[in-house]
Amino acid sequence: MAEPATPLWEVFIRSRNGLAHRHAGSLHAPDATLALQAARDLFTRRGEGLSLWVVPSSAITASDPADQGMMFEPTGSKIYRHPTFYEIPDEVGHM
Amino acid sequence: MATTSITVQATPLLAYLLKRADDALILGHRLSEWCGAAPLMEEEMALANMGLDLIGQARALYGYAAEREGAGRTEDDYAYRRDERAFGNLLLLEQPNGDFAQTMVRQLLYSAFIDPYWRALMTSPDATLAAIAAKSEKESAYHLRHASEWVIRLGDGTAESHRRAQAALERLWPYTGELFAPEDEALVGLVANPPTLRAAWRETLSRVLAQATLTMPTDGWMQSGGRAGAHSEHLGHLLAELQYLPRTYPGAVW
Repeated sequence: MAEPATPLWEVFIRSRNGLAHRHAGSLHAPDATLALQAARDLFTRRGEGLSLWVVPSSAITASDPADQGMMFEPTGSKIYRHPTFYEIPDEVGHM
Repeated sequence: MATTSITVQATPLLAYLLKRADDALILGHRLSEWCGAAPLMEEEMALANMGLDLIGQARALYGYAAEREGAGRTEDDYAYRRDERAFGNLLLLEQPNGDFAQTMVRQLLYSAFIDPYWRALMTSPDATLAAIAAKSEKESAYHLRHASEWVIRLGDGTAESHRRAQAALERLWPYTGELFAPEDEALVGLVANPPTLRAAWRETLSRVLAQATLTMPTDGWMQSGGRAGAHSEHLGHLLAELQYLPRTYPGAVW
């Protein structure tokens, strides 16, 4: 069992060149070096990655779930922000 | 139905392949014993990963041995149907896991040797050996890094972790002489020769131990005999567990 004092880290993996790092999960480790090794051992066992980031979970500032209404609901009615009102010419191809 | 043990009429190359494979199998099995017992979930995975790397190396070497022996045997025959005296692994690697410090110190002592060893073997004129070495080196380089980081933290950690790490070092040191036993003269030019790697090994250890504030023990009486099949009392127990199932249920499959 991890002792309560062992810090928590968030793990980000970049799976291919050109893609962004994506959040993969979290783990416990005493410091950054061991966190990176633990991330390698826990999250890249099946060839998932080419690059890893670990970030102390305490460094992340998160939105408050209680603020969901104020933060996110006002966008629900702004359907005109979705680019679905345009006819895309065939020549443009996949966007 | 009884399973009979096999006896291998070993040429120098076959003996070489089997002892290097035995090293990997025995240490891999030791690491597998941590499953369900590691101090952290993260480390549980790390130990299992290293164990699987080693068992993979053993399979590659046993597989090549089978090919060279040409007696219709498989990797399983070498792993499961040879008796204790036929195993040629280093005594260091069959030593019990002890506490976490002892496991990590054992891993450091071996990885600091085998990583440059695989690198040297990558230039072997035997293409199969060179390929096995190239694959194994990437794995052992990580094992060395992982074990080094833990030994540094244990040595330079609390008074208790320092005491345990130093005790592990003293306990295992007499088994390190065997790492540098020269290879059979018939293999000169074909495989790397361990005595040439001693300086690099000491340098790696000096660096890690200094950072860990641990003291490198002085070379005294060195244990030997593993390569000749004269093992410590621990290998028989390990093999009993490792070989029990295939010997009790010959030909058992999933």
